[in-house]
Amino acid sequence: MLQITNLHATVGDKPILKGLTLSLNAGEIHAIMGPNGAGKSTLGYVLSGRPGYEVTDGEVTFNGQNLLDLEPHERAAAGLFLGFQYPVEIPGVSNVQFLREALNAQRKHRGEAPLSGAEFLKVAREQAGALGMDMDMLKRPVNVGFSGGEKKRNEMVQMGIIDPALAILDETDSGLDIDALRIVGDGINRIMRKPDKAVLLITHYQRLLDYVKPDFVHVLADGRITRSGGPELALELERDGYKELAA
Amino acid sequence: MPAPTRRDEAWRYSDIAAVESAWPLATPENIIVPVGGHYARTIVQETGSIHQIDIAIGKGATAAIHILNIGGNYGRVELNVTLHEGADFKLGGVQIGGNTQTLEIITTVTHAEPKATSSQIVRSVLADTATGTYLGKVAVARDAQLTDSVQSVKAMLLDRSATANAKPELEIYADDVKCAHGCAIGELDPMGLFYLQARGLAPADAKKLMLQAFVAGVFEGAVDEEMLTEAALKKLGELV
Repeated sequence: MLQITNLHATVGDKPILKGLTLSLNAGEIHAIMGPNGAGKSTLGYVLSGRPGYEVTDGEVTFNGQNLLDLEPHERAAAGLFLGFQYPVEIPGVSNVQFLREALNAQRKHRGEAPLSGAEFLKVAREQAGALGMDMDMLKRPVNVGFSGGEKKRNEMVQMGIIDPALAILDETDSGLDIDALRIVGDGINRIMRKPDKAVLLITHYQRLLDYVKPDFVHVLADGRITRSGGPELALELERDGYKELAA
Repeated sequence: MPAPTRRDEAWRYSDIAAVESAWPLATPENIIVPVGGHYARTIVQETGSIHQIDIAIGKGATAAIHILNIGGNYGRVELNVTLHEGADFKLGGVQIGGNTQTLEIITTVTHAEPKATSSQIVRSVLADTATGTYLGKVAVARDAQLTDSVQSVKAMLLDRSATANAKPELEIYADDVKCAHGCAIGELDPMGLFYLQARGLAPADAKKLMLQAFVAGVFEGAVDEEMLTEAALKKLGELV
């Protein structure tokens, strides 16, 4: 589904990704772990097309398409979803209005009919309910006044509504208490653990992986994948730290 | 009376050539809201003109003015408001300009007697080399104790070449008054725009949604709220 080959990227002329190669197939969940500053968040931003993140070399294909040729909204319509590490507050724009517009923009792009207000609200209510978020919150301005945990939960509600083929979740576990971590973990499994979908989990810690079992674990250090393995690698990292592995 | 020049403070940012060609202006429109009365007015400036209105609001009376200033190369709405005891004045103004447009809302609000309240909210969205100006003077007379006045002025620049001028001005001769004013000029938050695009909105739609939020609320409660909002959105759609 996603094929990243020798990816080099800079942020403000500073090289961050230095030859990253990674491949995800449908039905797989991959976890990327690594120390601060290794380039984990940069990878998420580069894949979703954030301005200022410049690819200097390498290729990324997504379902056979050159992902790097697409604008951020075209990548979304193609089925890519980025769960933000720091979901952005947008005063004055209601969640519901924004999500309906976003979803219908994606559907239009794919040549599908738009959802009516009632159809959309039904889907939104289901997803919010499954993640323990009440509809009043969903009607409030996007992320404004939400706690860190509520913002992350809102990201998962959005993911449920948009129903992407590939989710890149950037530290979705940070800022969550134990209960919220379980709710979010269950959400990821419910929405994304399907034979035609894939997930790239970016995380510092093993604890989210207790709820969302990865098929593969990769270590990202200094802009490259330095080691790959199965779920046992995450446990090893938790025990020995990144330093040991880098050495 | 000769046409004003840039040396006249109230015309300092104006399109002087346009002013000269419109000079001499007609006598200002004169509105008197009687004691205890209620007055509401919608002004949509879409052809490029200069409106001057004098409004006297009687004891305990209210006036609410909503302005959408969007059309022509030079559009100016000028209000000269006098509040008597316990009167209330509300202004909600939106200016949206592109190309070489110059749009202005100029107000002088005089609290002549005690216990009057006034509230002015103005939002400007400016693109290309457009200029948007708000000059708002609040004058509180010596006897006008317990005046409560608020001005909130914000401008959003879509291009670095656009200009926003904002000047709230207070002239207070009473000592027991509340006069608040806030002013901000900014650009659309790039992270917010990226967030909306990452969820599937095309860049123009993402901008429009954020601008819609920026001007939202100004027309809340206006008699023509729906018409004003629709016209504002249409104009925003032309700019993004």
